[in-house]
Amino acid sequence: MSEHEHIHCSELLGSLSDYIDGVASEALCQEIETHMASCENCRVVVDTLRKTIALYQTLGEETPEISSTARERLYRTLNMEKFL
Amino acid sequence: MNDHEFSVQALRQKDRSEFDRLVDSLSDPLYRLALKMLGNPQDAEDVLQNTFIKAMLNIDTFEQRSSLSTWLYRIAVNESLMLLRKKKPEVSLDESTPDDDQVADYAPKEFTDWCCLPEEEFLNAESRQMLDSAIRLLPETLRVVFLLRDIEGLSIQETSEALDLTETAVKTRLLRARLRLREHLSGFYSERVKSRKDEHE
Repeated sequence: MSEHEHIHCSELLGSLSDYIDGVASEALCQEIETHMASCENCRVVVDTLRKTIALYQTLGEETPEISSTARERLYRTLNMEKFL
Repeated sequence: MNDHEFSVQALRQKDRSEFDRLVDSLSDPLYRLALKMLGNPQDAEDVLQNTFIKAMLNIDTFEQRSSLSTWLYRIAVNESLMLLRKKKPEVSLDESTPDDDQVADYAPKEFTDWCCLPEEEFLNAESRQMLDSAIRLLPETLRVVFLLRDIEGLSIQETSEALDLTETAVKTRLLRARLRLREHLSGFYSERVKSRKDEHE
């Protein structure tokens, strides 16, 4: 991040999640995009942050569901409980 | 979270089929969360069982200030943290990452653009292992926010209800978790970018 743009870069950091989640105001989005057009480091941070979240979401989707034997154990335990 | 179809009233009346529907629809997401929190299938199974048992034992005290599924997430998080504390007494949800430190402490230091790597670089075993270990290295305070919001897809409001945190605290912790993970991943993938470049020279 270049020295003269330091303030802009740190301001962008605080708004990053809103921007990435698509909940930043139009004015803020425009400001961030204008900044990124001239600040390569911030563009890289935004792109790699997006990719980081996407990778974890892919990994999350692949997390094994509860196994059928564990599910049976769960149902058995819950059936034996006295609360129902 | 679409749990408006669950009837709290039926659950309070100990309606077995309503309880079965609840277990059917929430077992997988709650198990996934516990597994990511604890890293051990047996522990995750225990958390899942305790979550449903506690939910039914306490359904009369459920105040419906959040949705039912958010409430179950909350129980599962607390159960997971309790188990973690039992195994590692130093674990705390409150202060391991204070919210009043500076955002500059989380300022990015890695600026290699690794998004251009081919997909196989992200999907191989070594990469998956690194992703898993990066998330385990996060303090619980940050990890749980990231799991609920970015992996399980809860909204900021639902995450704040599940963790009994303000929405501002959730947003702060989420940003920190994301930035820490990005930094960790950047360290790993920038090496991959470099070695691919070297291979081509």
